Amino acid sequence: MTAATGYSPRRTLPLRVEIVRQFKRRRTLGMFGLLLALPWILVIAFQLGPDGFGDQSSLRISDLATASGLNFAAFALSVSASFLLVVAVALFCGDTVASEANWSSLRYLLAAPVPRDRLLRQKLVVALGYSAAAVISLPLMALLAGTLAFGWADIQVPGTGETIPALDVLPRFGIVIGYAMVSQLVVAALAFLISTMTDSPLGAVGGAVGLWIVCTILQAVEALGALREFLPTFWNNAWIDALAPELDWSGMAKGASVSITYAAILIAIAFRRFRSKDVVS
Amino acid sequence: MKRTAALVAVLALLGVTTWLVWPSAPDARGQDQMITVVDGPADDQRVQIDTTFYPPAGADKAPAVLLAHGFGGSKRSVSEQAERLAGSGYAVLTWSARGFGRSGGEIALNSADYEVKDVKQLIDWLAKRPEVALDGSGDPRVGIAGGSYGGAIALMTAAHDARVDAIVPQITWSDLADALFPDATGQGPANGVFKRMWAGIFFGRGGAGVPQGLEALTERPEPLTAEQARCGRFLPAICEIYQEVAKTGKATPEAIELLRKSSPVSVAGRIKAPTLLIQGQRDSLFPLDHADANAKAIAAAGTPVSLAWFDGGHDGGDGEAEWLYEQTAAWFDHYLKNAGATAPQAATTPAGTGTTAETAAGTPVSAFTVTRDGGRDPGTRQRIRLHPEATAYPGLGGTDVTDVPLAGPEQHVVNPPGGSPASISTVPGVGSLLGGGSGQSGMSVSLDMPGQSAAFESAPLTEPLQLTGSPTARIKVSGSGEVTLFAKLFDVPDSMQPPTLPAGLVAPLRVTIPEDAGSAEVTVTLPAVDHRFEIGHRLRLVVATTDMGYATPAEPASYRVALASPTVSVPTVATLAAPPAGIAWWVWAMPLAALLVAAAVLATGRRRPAPASVEAGTSPDAVASSAAEAGAPVPAGAAEVPLDIRGLSKAYRNGEPAVDGLSFRVEQGQVLGLLGPNGAGKTTTMRMMMGLIHPDGGEIRIFGEPVTPGAPVLSRLGSFVEGPGFLPHLSGRDNLELYWAATGRPAADARFDEALEIAGLGTALERAVRTYSQGMRQRLAIAQAMLGLPDLLVLDEPTNGLDPPQIREMREVLKRYARDGRTVIVSSHLLAEVEQTCTHVVVMQRGRLVSAGPVSALLSSAATGNGHGPRLEDVFLDLIGEKA
Repeated sequence: MTAATGYSPRRTLPLRVEIVRQFKRRRTLGMFGLLLALPWILVIAFQLGPDGFGDQSSLRISDLATASGLNFAAFALSVSASFLLVVAVALFCGDTVASEANWSSLRYLLAAPVPRDRLLRQKLVVALGYSAAAVISLPLMALLAGTLAFGWADIQVPGTGETIPALDVLPRFGIVIGYAMVSQLVVAALAFLISTMTDSPLGAVGGAVGLWIVCTILQAVEALGALREFLPTFWNNAWIDALAPELDWSGMAKGASVSITYAAILIAIAFRRFRSKDVVS
Repeated sequence: MKRTAALVAVLALLGVTTWLVWPSAPDARGQDQMITVVDGPADDQRVQIDTTFYPPAGADKAPAVLLAHGFGGSKRSVSEQAERLAGSGYAVLTWSARGFGRSGGEIALNSADYEVKDVKQLIDWLAKRPEVALDGSGDPRVGIAGGSYGGAIALMTAAHDARVDAIVPQITWSDLADALFPDATGQGPANGVFKRMWAGIFFGRGGAGVPQGLEALTERPEPLTAEQARCGRFLPAICEIYQEVAKTGKATPEAIELLRKSSPVSVAGRIKAPTLLIQGQRDSLFPLDHADANAKAIAAAGTPVSLAWFDGGHDGGDGEAEWLYEQTAAWFDHYLKNAGATAPQAATTPAGTGTTAETAAGTPVSAFTVTRDGGRDPGTRQRIRLHPEATAYPGLGGTDVTDVPLAGPEQHVVNPPGGSPASISTVPGVGSLLGGGSGQSGMSVSLDMPGQSAAFESAPLTEPLQLTGSPTARIKVSGSGEVTLFAKLFDVPDSMQPPTLPAGLVAPLRVTIPEDAGSAEVTVTLPAVDHRFEIGHRLRLVVATTDMGYATPAEPASYRVALASPTVSVPTVATLAAPPAGIAWWVWAMPLAALLVAAAVLATGRRRPAPASVEAGTSPDAVASSAAEAGAPVPAGAAEVPLDIRGLSKAYRNGEPAVDGLSFRVEQGQVLGLLGPNGAGKTTTMRMMMGLIHPDGGEIRIFGEPVTPGAPVLSRLGSFVEGPGFLPHLSGRDNLELYWAATGRPAADARFDEALEIAGLGTALERAVRTYSQGMRQRLAIAQAMLGLPDLLVLDEPTNGLDPPQIREMREVLKRYARDGRTVIVSSHLLAEVEQTCTHVVVMQRGRLVSAGPVSALLSSAATGNGHGPRLEDVFLDLIGEKA
């Protein structure tokens, strides 16, 4: 009898259990609350703003936001993708292992025993799931709020002012959300890697966000030329191509490529390190 | 490993920095000089030409390049380009043409008697410069480049001076008469419609030092004298003729003759210098058909010609300065730097691809290149341009023709009195001021006045149509007299987006309806453009009576316009192939490589090698219990031994041993006390038992199974080490239930009730753990360790934080627990506790085993016979050598 009756490594730490463990945290609920409230805050802000200011005269994404629910959702995504969603993803992925280490519950899980690879895998899956939910929930809520506030109409493309029928653009919106998720993979992987190395959850989140900021700053250095294309942040806004009159995949392909590349390597390093790590927390 | 990473990072940073700050080639310095030339029909006029000479970078003799400026500019307009060319090894001479800048003389519109003679003498001057390479005595190796007015002088000089070895004329004319009096029915400038606005701007710039571009808006021009105001710096003869035609809007034979004298069309057949013609797609002054005429005339003489249509021109567009420079440099590098590169390349190209294939063979720039919109760069959000190429120039008729059916009834159009309000297609001179960043697919400013135009539309296209060249259509005009019309071909996307007029170009035509006929049919050659009509778009042929840029009759009139042929013929060039754009190779290669790297990272870091040999025998005092036989493999019945530690060692990161050669063994049913002062290695040993820490050497077996991280046998171990670990936001009950769920074992095996009884938390069980006191957490943690009643229970300081009744209760619990055939290992400071609870003890100090055995044996061995038996405390202190 090598193991206790009924024990099987493949049944340890089911996803359902990990989801419940994470869900009731204030951090999780707070973040989702913020993501779901933000569109409404924006709606209120637009409603309160002085009427007729630059009405339709300019074609910036922020000026078109009140044109329709779809335009509003695109605007909400554009203002949150560069930072808020990064923080959300970094929170869910950076917090997941580090907080267990911080609570000392990690050692009891490992001694339960949940095999280390499996623990990481299950936690990664759940963290990515929460991240995906965050990335999805914001634009969906924005779509709902925007449609209620500004009506359902065809989307007007920022910059050119061209119009795309609403029904044509809905599948495109799926692409936008999908790409937003893929492009956040780097943040997720980086936060996750740091999470396996530190006992401080906020350190993991802050580390990931900090590196993100450094990349964003480097991106502004034009002298780097084509090298910038390989910065993980460079293609962050490539999803805008999905809302252009002609759908252009090349930017999103590059962005996804860069994102997956970094993510694969960072996650592999996380697993390798954690496997041989001495857990002393 | 960290050091390596840091080193790599530093090296990368150094590399990038070096690359960024590496000094580039020093800028060339120009030498200003007035050169006196003699010109005029009788070679009797002395004129001072203001020049700047830029010596070539490098010491060797270099080929020379003459850089000419555009109309209204001066030698300063091209100084930047000159410095750059000089930097790449050319001797560059720029000059202000006669009548411009500080040069003397009057503007003769690139006349063979004036400007051409000037430039020939500049070539003479170059031949005397020590920096300039010579082809022969007085014959420098020289090329000429320039735009617009400067492009024409390049063509004119090359035609009149055989010493010129290569030219790159840009956005220039072939026939100035045709440019100012175009006629889309092909009857020549005598029948042409006066291009009023452009002509005005063109001749207006002949005034004294008119600033260009944005400066024109901000700089205040000098006051002019009466003569200057009338004729500027034009030769009086030219001034007179211009004033005449501008007044009437009709080209007189004298005017045509004068303008033709200034046009390459008359002499292009004499050009022997390989020519790269660069013409703008956004140019309503010198549209693409001028480059077409030049290319055909030069190619007919057997001279190599290449033609490029770029995104620019007199109406704006991007300008593509960088690309133009590259093409120009490539042309000169080939024909000026690589000596004798003229004929032999013809053999390398496939034969018979077109009329100009032979001449285009082996040129450094493809025979025909077109700039097309490549969408937006997703990274920089800038427009990107593609440059598809063809090995032969097919002309404006294309390689193929698609006939697109048009439909529309005969329509009435009126010419408004005074020709106003006029339709707008392009506003001359404004495009360049606005920066023209809109590119090819940008918005057009075209505007048609109601009642002034007839429209004929196609059905939505079922496949995209790439127009390259001049479409033609045949229309029937009914009415009387001379009719001035403007034909244009719109791209109509759908009902929601406004139609666009490609490049903003119109084709003016003048139709004379015979007195008796009442109607006339004409074939209209529409403007040459490169434009892609997308699927679902329509083509719309519009025939209007007015256009703001042109002179139109003031008499009100009414006509009817109908299609004479139900199609518009759209030329396409199938041979134009874009360089493979596609997806960059790294887009798919990089993630694949990353996945391989990731797999390698995971495979190589598989696991630490299991401690090889068990060196239990080397430790002389490693005798824990009677059955401990050092060195034996796995003895029979080892599966019944709850814990067997052999030769275990572990060093701190600083190398100091935490556990050093520890061996002991715990039998079933024992309650073992693990004793030792702080830092003795008790907790480290326990962590190694749980698989949290990898031993440096030695081995731990639980029920005969070696302990590794996540070993299944750990499921038979319950543990409480170094304090509780709970999720603070969950209640005590949720914590236990979720912990058990995480083990994946059936809920029935958990024995929650028994565990919860031990915890004794009562209703507090439903509160969040963060509200618990330390003792409550301690009890909950011990309950968690006992979930499922594990066969081996490891508790680290279990009585910390408990009050005396609870300590007493805990003692009973542990005793009872072991009585059922399970095993308990307890570490504690409270020696009295251990004495009362444990059956056996193991004493550690500084990571080593000091003593092991039953409590009773330990006590009796130390019996001193002084009345009462020894306390464990005394024995302990004695063992660790702290006793005084």
